[in-house]
Amino acid sequence: MSVSRYRSQLRQSAAERRAETHPLTWRLGEDGAMVGLGEYLDKDGYVAARKVLNHQSPDDVVATMKDANVRGRGGAGFSAGMKWSLTMKGQDIPRGYLVCNADEMEPGTFKDRLLLEQLPHLLIEGMIIGGYANHSRFGYIFLRGEYVEAARALARAIDEARAAGWLGNDIADSGYDFDIALHTGAGRYICGEETALINSLEGNRANPRAKPPFPGQSGAWGKPTVVNNVETFCNAPAVMLHGARWYQDLSGELSNDGGTKLYGVSGKVAMPGLWELPIGTSGSELLERAGGMRDGRALKAWLPGGGSTGFLLPEHLDAPLDFDTIGELGSRMGTGLLTVVNEDQSVLSLVRNLEQFFARESCGWCTPCRDGLPWTVKILQALEHGEGERGDLEMLDKLGGDLGPGKTFCAHAPGAAMPLQSALKYFREEFERGVVHPPRAAHADPIPVGVV
Amino acid sequence: MTETARQITSDGDGFILADEDRQAIEHERDHYEQPQAACIEALKIVQRRHGWVPDAAIPVIAEVLGIGPASVEGVATFYSLIFRQPVGRHVILVCDSSSCFLNDYDELLEALSARLGIGLGQTTEDGRFTLLPVCCLGACDRGPALMVDDDTYGPVAPDDVATLLEGYA
Repeated sequence: MSVSRYRSQLRQSAAERRAETHPLTWRLGEDGAMVGLGEYLDKDGYVAARKVLNHQSPDDVVATMKDANVRGRGGAGFSAGMKWSLTMKGQDIPRGYLVCNADEMEPGTFKDRLLLEQLPHLLIEGMIIGGYANHSRFGYIFLRGEYVEAARALARAIDEARAAGWLGNDIADSGYDFDIALHTGAGRYICGEETALINSLEGNRANPRAKPPFPGQSGAWGKPTVVNNVETFCNAPAVMLHGARWYQDLSGELSNDGGTKLYGVSGKVAMPGLWELPIGTSGSELLERAGGMRDGRALKAWLPGGGSTGFLLPEHLDAPLDFDTIGELGSRMGTGLLTVVNEDQSVLSLVRNLEQFFARESCGWCTPCRDGLPWTVKILQALEHGEGERGDLEMLDKLGGDLGPGKTFCAHAPGAAMPLQSALKYFREEFERGVVHPPRAAHADPIPVGVV
Repeated sequence: MTETARQITSDGDGFILADEDRQAIEHERDHYEQPQAACIEALKIVQRRHGWVPDAAIPVIAEVLGIGPASVEGVATFYSLIFRQPVGRHVILVCDSSSCFLNDYDELLEALSARLGIGLGQTTEDGRFTLLPVCCLGACDRGPALMVDDDTYGPVAPDDVATLLEGYA
């Protein structure tokens, strides 16, 4: 009996991954080792950065990113080129900051870990390009504290890049100065929210900030600040090297979004894992690559991209996994890493688990989130124990709405509402089974059910 | 308690910042536009040496950074990986998020609790282990997962717990 150390792993052979089709992962070998500076340079590393810094204007870079339609891979799917075009730049505007959101904590998501641990130079190159496009003077990689291995890899890669002149003053004789510091966090999921992340970077409690002003106008220390996800930055070098058209074509007819995506599957499947595939690949193909459901159990439901996305059904598996299509189905693509639920597993219990997570991780800044989430958890726990009261489901419906978009300071509570509302829609009878009369112990602590 | 010890206790509650840690905090401070930004790292530096962040460390950190103690305290009480009470020699962080939950996290937690005789948020009597929940560890393809100190493991079956913990004295 032995327990193995966790190692991030791509479930795709090196033979399947080529530079023309797998811009994120083609440099990776089979051994899961970090691609160091020497190997990275041998494999066209920093070629895109050199090209951009010496032959393109920042506006060219932004235009190419826009044309390529690289949509934010952290889960929101906002066009990276559009975001970069909105950053305040100019002679009289101070040069601001570029921040990489490496605070990967979305339940069910393990994609950025791979890039951070094994391809840190790809991220650094993407950040150099992003920094140049956004007139930034300095970059931070905001890394969650638990990613110890990633911290080691990044520290080494930053040192290597600095020693080789890829960070610091006058990068590649272009006159552009840019450096990066690694900032490690100390827990709390809310740090992944863009403005909460900036507060945390500044050494404050990670409460979100009001928008506007958007970070591109006034972010870290009041300067223009651009925050992008790890995978988003990692797409930039190939886009700059091969162009927007090539990137768009990677997804072919599958999707209007461009490029590839790190997709994954976890839960009780035969071979959980991670794959780089064209954006718009279907859930059924992912499930097939994951070897299907474990122990021959049937698929009951799935989350398309983390805990803050809505449940979908087996009938939705053939839909292309891209931001628009999954949005039209009433969910969100989120991070694109599927969590599957089998026929033996309770959606009610899973929702209780998810809401407990969101309740614990609420920063407490605004009332619907701070109070609404624990309230939701109490009702779900009661239902789970068969101690629910009449009116509980209606209260959950109401809480779901009151936690929704526009009612709270940031997207944390709306994210929590998504699995709740979709579970109530698709699996209502599971919740109804938890309602009994007369009420029992769960309601000894009076919850004002049904009176609001 | 000796007379000298009592004096130290009343004069700053006896918390002494190691020179090396002071230098490390000052070094971190230079990475940012304002010293407040080094606050979280400063707390982590203190925690690395002491295992946790005692109350008396707060004003000392504030002084090094040149900020108010409340600014440090507010941060120290917000972040889940800053410990404000003594923890065991080894901290076990058990992932309790959705994928691990679907991969029988409950059984793993039960095995850990039974083996250690403690629940979440508690420390063993011999001061060896503290057991805490943690957000999705990003090891979902190998769930259920946990960390012991800086090491991540997965999947961890209930039967693996005893062997796993033996590695941490």
